Amino acid sequence: MTTSAAPPRYRAPRRLGGEAHPDNSRQIAARERGRTLRATAFLAPALAVIIAFVFVPAFSALRLSFTDASGFGEESWIGLENYVTVFTDPATLRAISNTMLYALMYGPLVIAVGLAAALLLNRKDVPWRGFFRTVIFLPFVISMAVASLAWAFLLDPNLGLIPYWLSGLGITMGDVFASTTWALPAVTAVAIWKNFGYFMVIFLAGLQGIPRYLYEAATLDGAGAWRQFRAVTVPGLRATMTFVIVFAIIGAFQAFDQIYIMTQGGPDRATETIVYRIYTDGFRDFRMGFASALSYVLLAITLALGLIQLRIGTKREKDLE
Amino acid sequence: MTTTTSLTPARTPRSGSARSARLVTQSGVVAGLLVFAALTSFPVLVVVLAAFSPESEVLSWPPNFIPSRLTLENFDGLMARIPVFGQSWNSFVFAAAVTGLSLVFNSLAAYALARIQFRGRIAIFTVLIAIMMVPFQALLVPLYELISEIGWVNTYAGLVIPRAADVAGIFLLRQFFITLPRDLDSAARIDGASELRVFWSVILPNAVPALLTMALFHFVNNWNDLLWPLIMTSDSSVRPLTAGLALLTGSATGVAPYGVMMAGSLVAILPLVVLYLLVQRRFIEGVAMTGMKG
Repeated sequence: MTTSAAPPRYRAPRRLGGEAHPDNSRQIAARERGRTLRATAFLAPALAVIIAFVFVPAFSALRLSFTDASGFGEESWIGLENYVTVFTDPATLRAISNTMLYALMYGPLVIAVGLAAALLLNRKDVPWRGFFRTVIFLPFVISMAVASLAWAFLLDPNLGLIPYWLSGLGITMGDVFASTTWALPAVTAVAIWKNFGYFMVIFLAGLQGIPRYLYEAATLDGAGAWRQFRAVTVPGLRATMTFVIVFAIIGAFQAFDQIYIMTQGGPDRATETIVYRIYTDGFRDFRMGFASALSYVLLAITLALGLIQLRIGTKREKDLE
Repeated sequence: MTTTTSLTPARTPRSGSARSARLVTQSGVVAGLLVFAALTSFPVLVVVLAAFSPESEVLSWPPNFIPSRLTLENFDGLMARIPVFGQSWNSFVFAAAVTGLSLVFNSLAAYALARIQFRGRIAIFTVLIAIMMVPFQALLVPLYELISEIGWVNTYAGLVIPRAADVAGIFLLRQFFITLPRDLDSAARIDGASELRVFWSVILPNAVPALLTMALFHFVNNWNDLLWPLIMTSDSSVRPLTAGLALLTGSATGVAPYGVMMAGSLVAILPLVVLYLLVQRRFIEGVAMTGMKG
């Protein structure tokens, strides 16, 4: 369609019996070649980067995952040994289950908090909406590293404001980051704090997509606030919700920064996640082969979740048409 | 929750009880939002105040929320420990270079995929979508090996070039380019404009909002990034500030130098907070529009 310079805008494809005019066919072929050539030129820089730094590494990760590579010197082929270790070594399994636990806490909570904020902010009669939106979204702009430093300071049992204020209420709070029970929830909470504003904004966009007349009709039918929420808002947010869920889970499987800064995986491996292990195994302990196998496990999980997202996404697009 | 009061015509006479009920819900909503706002801004406030507190007060029990006097000694301490200006500059170079290059590379590729009908277009696009799901973290080990083979460890090139194009960015821009009317470039082509010219003077000017969104995200994500700089830089001369700060905590023995770290945190967030406050509308709209995330 883009090459409509020549008069016949439509030419039936040959398989449909349309015959290219003998004089035209060469021109058409030449034009097609020209287009492919130009497109290639436009695509080349981006594709070069992606092939060199995504494609090639993805394949070398696969190869490395079958070796005992250390990053230096010799490496030998050890078959599936790394993968066997991933699924039998208790410490590694712990990292995988920590990641899942993290996702199970992070996903529902970050979504619930984000949705709550969005519902409050979606009301037209709220004063200072712009102010609230700006302030509540602010942590998303701050790096997870800085957020982690701030929360480590706030929660420090010897210096922090939160333990101090709680002690004023008669509650003694120990060091959450030294507790095998509380360290993972604490690390998760910081991520929720940093990211819920993002989910709030996605939900706000979703809420604005729900047609007004549905609420008007519900009001006329005498539906109260809760009933309207159940009957209009929840179904209206279905597409947004599925998108947000998969996004939250994929994000959770990549948790690293706050763990590196606040707990270094401790205490007693209670906060080690998959990506944290990829980092420490690969770049601290120089078990590059093993880290690569772990990478492929992460890739498999993300790919599975991503395919779900893609299916949902395309379905949603169809719904919109 | 979702009773939208604007539905009721504004002029309808309302009974006193209805009005007071409305006032109650409204103040409830505002109270809820105030709680949210306090929760999100409180830690930021703590960072700012602690950064200007005397070290002795930062490291004291009971902790002071409001410092008794303001001082810059934490910033002195910070500069004694890490080259703050150098590392901020590194952060800037890293984030700005990735943003600039990826804008160019991604928009060129997106243009080809959205606006040129060529063979293999669908195949390339499908492969790119599949790649979009490869988590960056899964490539760390081979990427590091590759970069060290090229000899780019501890160089700006090593930090920047692997990020000079990204599938998510291409995807976002392609989606945007597709929505522009066909007549735009058809007309230019009939007038004999070259492909590059169509791209540059017809499509790009119409895609400013999408380009700006992408630029904002790339800048913020890379400025804030930790894992990649942590791996790619061992030398302070190219290390960005986030990684510098993270290593500062790691090197801390005994009581962490919180005052110094809060000063560092403030330096690290200040440029982004200013940028955010300047363009926050666009930023928030960008998130809503694209759902992009770092």
